[in-house]
Amino acid sequence: MKTCLVVDDSRVIRKVARRVLEDIGFEIAEAADGMEALAWCRAAMPDAVLLDWNMPVMNGIEFLRQLRAEPGGMTPKVVFCTVENSPDHIRTALDAGADEYIMKPFDGDIIEAKFAEAGLL
Amino acid sequence: MTPEDMDLLAALGRARAGVRVETEKPYLIESRLAPLARREGYDSIDALIGALRTKREERLIWAVVEALCRSETTFFRGRETFAQLRDQILPALSHRRREAPIRIWSAACATGQEVYSMAIAAAEAPGLVTGTRFEFFGSDLSERSLEKAQAGIYTQFEVQRGLPIRMLIKYFENQDDTWAISPRIRQMVRWKRINLLADLSAMGRFDVILLRNVLGGMDASLRGQVARSLAALLPDDGVLVLDTEDDASEIDELLTPAPGGRGIYLRDPSIRAAAA
Repeated sequence: MKTCLVVDDSRVIRKVARRVLEDIGFEIAEAADGMEALAWCRAAMPDAVLLDWNMPVMNGIEFLRQLRAEPGGMTPKVVFCTVENSPDHIRTALDAGADEYIMKPFDGDIIEAKFAEAGLL
Repeated sequence: MTPEDMDLLAALGRARAGVRVETEKPYLIESRLAPLARREGYDSIDALIGALRTKREERLIWAVVEALCRSETTFFRGRETFAQLRDQILPALSHRRREAPIRIWSAACATGQEVYSMAIAAAEAPGLVTGTRFEFFGSDLSERSLEKAQAGIYTQFEVQRGLPIRMLIKYFENQDDTWAISPRIRQMVRWKRINLLADLSAMGRFDVILLRNVLGGMDASLRGQVARSLAALLPDDGVLVLDTEDDASEIDELLTPAPGGRGIYLRDPSIRAAAA
């Protein structure tokens, strides 16, 4: 079973994302910020990361840059999931190594479509 | 809605657009007619149908038929089909056409996502002959859909269904919470309201015709007619693109499925090798 780390400081968003992703066959781990997410990845690299941008302690883009520099850190497919919807933000995320990008608000269809785009389904 | 109302809607759909109205799904019909009733200023669907009966007004009849035909669409619906068109079909046509334009028609384009997806696929196609020209056409029964298609402005939800993020950034411009297709792509497409039951012989030649999610919703007695009139517009090396779930029995008599099972049909089996 593929694993997905859901990184968002909102417990509600994590719960919604978990439900959608479990339905399409992922095993889920959760982290509330980038630092916690990095700790998860160092312990066990997931197949996918669903990543919020604005979070306390360490934000999503900083997490992504650090992840990509970790041993094995190029492997996970990273899908941003954020309210930031400017082309500049999207380009910054892609340059940092994001595979796909979801603009909130999202629904189950969008998560499924974007995970398919990222080659995860 | 009474059974007589359903019969009236079914008869109008069949006569005007060849569409099979799914009378066994009244909730679906109601969900399509409710916004129209509101827009036209009626208190209810019953009032709308009452007016349809008493006034027999052409404009209202067509508004009802268009609402009954409305279909869902997304960008790059059937991702693998578009990949095959981009990577194999369009490059092969480019090598054979040289200077002559490659003409592509989305024959039930709804709100435009399909024809814009084709234009993006053409812009991204690898190995085209230098100077390859494309002409894109979008047609639909619904004026309302065509207006939206022509504007090329989509909600954040619409651009997140099927459109890869890199294509969004490359071919769309962000305006608040909407995304507009870039003028460079929009200006490549010409639009027209076309009823596929009409005589299409004056449409000219088309190298690629997309007829997706159409035949399945048509009255069985008319499917063959529409399939034949579109197939007749293809040159020997032209392709017709259906939905993979479409019942293709009428097409099977006219065309040959391309390898891959992605709903792409070839006119001439002898060019299968080139397209594969």
